[in-house]
Amino acid sequence: MSTYPTPQRHHILSVLVQNKAGVLARVASLFARRGYNIFSLAVAPTEDPQFSRITIVVDVEGTTLEQIVKQLFKLIEVVRISELDPQKSVERELFMATVRTDGENRGQIVELANIFEAKVLAVGVDALTLSLEGSPEKLDDFEELLRGYGIVELQRTGRIALPKLDREAHSRAVKGKAS
Amino acid sequence: MKITGAEALIKALEMESVDVMFGYPGGCILPAYDPLLKSSIRHILVRHEQGAGHMAEGYAHVTGRPGVAMVTSGPAATNLVTPLCDAYMDSIPMVAITGQVSTTAIGTDAFQECDTVGITRSITKHNELVMSAEDLPLAIRQAFHIATTGRPGPVLIDVPKDVLQNSMTWHWPTDEEVQASLPGYHPTTKGHPRMIKEAAKLMLAAQRPVLYLGGGVLKSRAAEVVREIAELLNIPVVTTLMARGAFPDSHPLCLGMPGMHGTAAAVTAMQKSDLLIALGARFDDRVTGKVSAFAQEAKIIHVDIDPAEQGKVRRPDVPIVGDCKLVSIEILKALRELLDGGEVQADIAPWRSRCSGWQEQFPLAYEPSAPGAALKPQFCLEQIRDHAPEGTILVSGVGQHQMWSSQYWHFDEPYTWVNSGGLGTMGFSVPAAIGAKVGRPDKTVWAIDGDGCFQMTAQELITASISNIPIKVGILNNSYLGMVRQWQEMFYGERYSEVDLGGGIPDFVKWAEAMGCVGIRVDSPEEVAPAIERANSINDRPVVVDFRVEEFEKVFPMVAAGASNDDIILPPSQNERREYLR
Ligand SMILES: Cc1ncc(C[n+]2csc(CCOP(=O)(O)OP(=O)(O)O)c2C)c(N)n1
Repeated sequence: MSTYPTPQRHHILSVLVQNKAGVLARVASLFARRGYNIFSLAVAPTEDPQFSRITIVVDVEGTTLEQIVKQLFKLIEVVRISELDPQKSVERELFMATVRTDGENRGQIVELANIFEAKVLAVGVDALTLSLEGSPEKLDDFEELLRGYGIVELQRTGRIALPKLDREAHSRAVKGKAS
Repeated sequence: MKITGAEALIKALEMESVDVMFGYPGGCILPAYDPLLKSSIRHILVRHEQGAGHMAEGYAHVTGRPGVAMVTSGPAATNLVTPLCDAYMDSIPMVAITGQVSTTAIGTDAFQECDTVGITRSITKHNELVMSAEDLPLAIRQAFHIATTGRPGPVLIDVPKDVLQNSMTWHWPTDEEVQASLPGYHPTTKGHPRMIKEAAKLMLAAQRPVLYLGGGVLKSRAAEVVREIAELLNIPVVTTLMARGAFPDSHPLCLGMPGMHGTAAAVTAMQKSDLLIALGARFDDRVTGKVSAFAQEAKIIHVDIDPAEQGKVRRPDVPIVGDCKLVSIEILKALRELLDGGEVQADIAPWRSRCSGWQEQFPLAYEPSAPGAALKPQFCLEQIRDHAPEGTILVSGVGQHQMWSSQYWHFDEPYTWVNSGGLGTMGFSVPAAIGAKVGRPDKTVWAIDGDGCFQMTAQELITASISNIPIKVGILNNSYLGMVRQWQEMFYGERYSEVDLGGGIPDFVKWAEAMGCVGIRVDSPEEVAPAIERANSINDRPVVVDFRVEEFEKVFPMVAAGASNDDIILPPSQNERREYLR
């Protein structure tokens, strides 16, 4: 269920790493080893093939966040960490769900999909598969509404984020590169 | 010119000025042992890979140079796990090379395959699986660079067999190439000038300052400048278990070791302090006791090269990320400037006399043995200390004997104390002493071990005999897992569970002799000094002295795990003076 962290505990870290084997395992095992929880995580190559960007949403207090950032910095392949302020960044996530339909309510579901500008990806006798790309909050709302019809399967990608362009100092590069 | 990966590996180690390595061959690493035959590097063949790791640590402790261990894949790599973790916890520079199955076999559960990089990920500063011979020289250069700069630590390089066998064109990467290959690695060494100024001001204003020295002072070779700071302002000093020797115990400002088994003066001075100047120390739970009750009135200046140590346990008022030596030099400068500019230091004479009062009232103390009664372990240590040649290096295992070693030795020089602090690894001392002796053959090396610890890695004395490494081992043999027994006595109502080592077996003298050492057994106080003198006079082989000591002796003072440092348990003879600790 979409229990996204409350705003005070919701932190987006955008971590630029060297694109090398095992980097994701290193980041993940650091979180496990130090007892930090990852809320969502997305990894993809950047415009420069030497680097990948890992977008991590964590659900922690500020002081713990500081330790996470410092510990992450100690990983040799971590090049830069920015904490993206949710207010000053754009976040996107992709969502896919298969929803049960009895034929009668199919129209309602399609209508709902239209309102949200979701796509119908597949139609079956008693089910529909939908996809929606958007802000995580929008996805939360959509998911909530679909739940009433019976979600058979659901998959979300975890969010990715970039700073908004219309403000300066949109991302706060976290200082203190580690030893 | 084309050479094999194996030749490149050995050549790269030579280029890194490696003079000795500790290792054990086997299937996957075999190709590397062939070019080793022609190499200038001395290879010491151990009896267990754990020994190789601890030897590399001992070597690094006393020389400041990275220790090198090389072993094969699978079980050999897993045998290296304990020393890697030990080196990680104590920030010891070390480079480990492990063989791996061929690249084509990786992931197939091939013979002696294990996920070495996965297993050691969280206990190394960095590790890497090298997938092509071409990459080997850079990987080795990076490993030495990472192990020795910033906060030092172990780095592991995992090398598949075919990578060792394949041929490559030799290229030794330049400093620039190494830098460029590590875009995310730039340790901060210079402290922030504003913070340094701030620290200097606090130090002058403090009325109850304490210099809290940790292992980082030794790592950064800062002992001299730290001493200048202490002497300039007459600030009392405590040296943690990892920093023994960083400040002379004989110095009037030295209060000794803080922490769970620290001196009452060191523990109490920290508790009552209004300013702790932590240099290369990490507020370990063994030092702080119950964190919320630790040094509640103290402001904190925290100098550490690892930013993650700042605020990890205790939030500093003045955090300074940087190399202890460089930062201390700047702090000293700032202090002198302030003093030259007319600033005056607060009067700390009352504080100093309080500290010396604690020292006088609460010296380390034990009851000497009654005539005819069993030997006291502390007495044995005092005797070894008093007969030790100048500059002797002391190495210890983990347990009561470790605490007594740290307490009763007089450390007056840096790099004369080697022990396993963070991980508390039983079995550390014999191999670490061998590594230390290899690093400093000019020095006498005494390992103080418990009878429990000794039985974990004693077989490395065979290595010492065969490779001509004449260390001395003093076993404080109480026929118990003494430290655990002490906890059971004090905190589990004297219910002794699985701590009796079955006194009498093994016969340590015979065992020593079987391993090519001289074995000496000591039962009574009169035999102690002659045995030590004899041990000190033997330099052509290792010596093991089996001191049969009192079984029920306890280590004091003690702060129980999780208790406040205010509730320090004193030796029984000092209990009635307890109120002086205020
Ligand atoms: C590898 C390992 N296993 C277990 C322990 C837990 N432990 C700490 S001290 C100790 C007893 C050590 O006994 P001994 O070597 O005889 O030394 P003593 O305390 O008697 O001086 C034990 C079991 C440990 N530190 N390391």
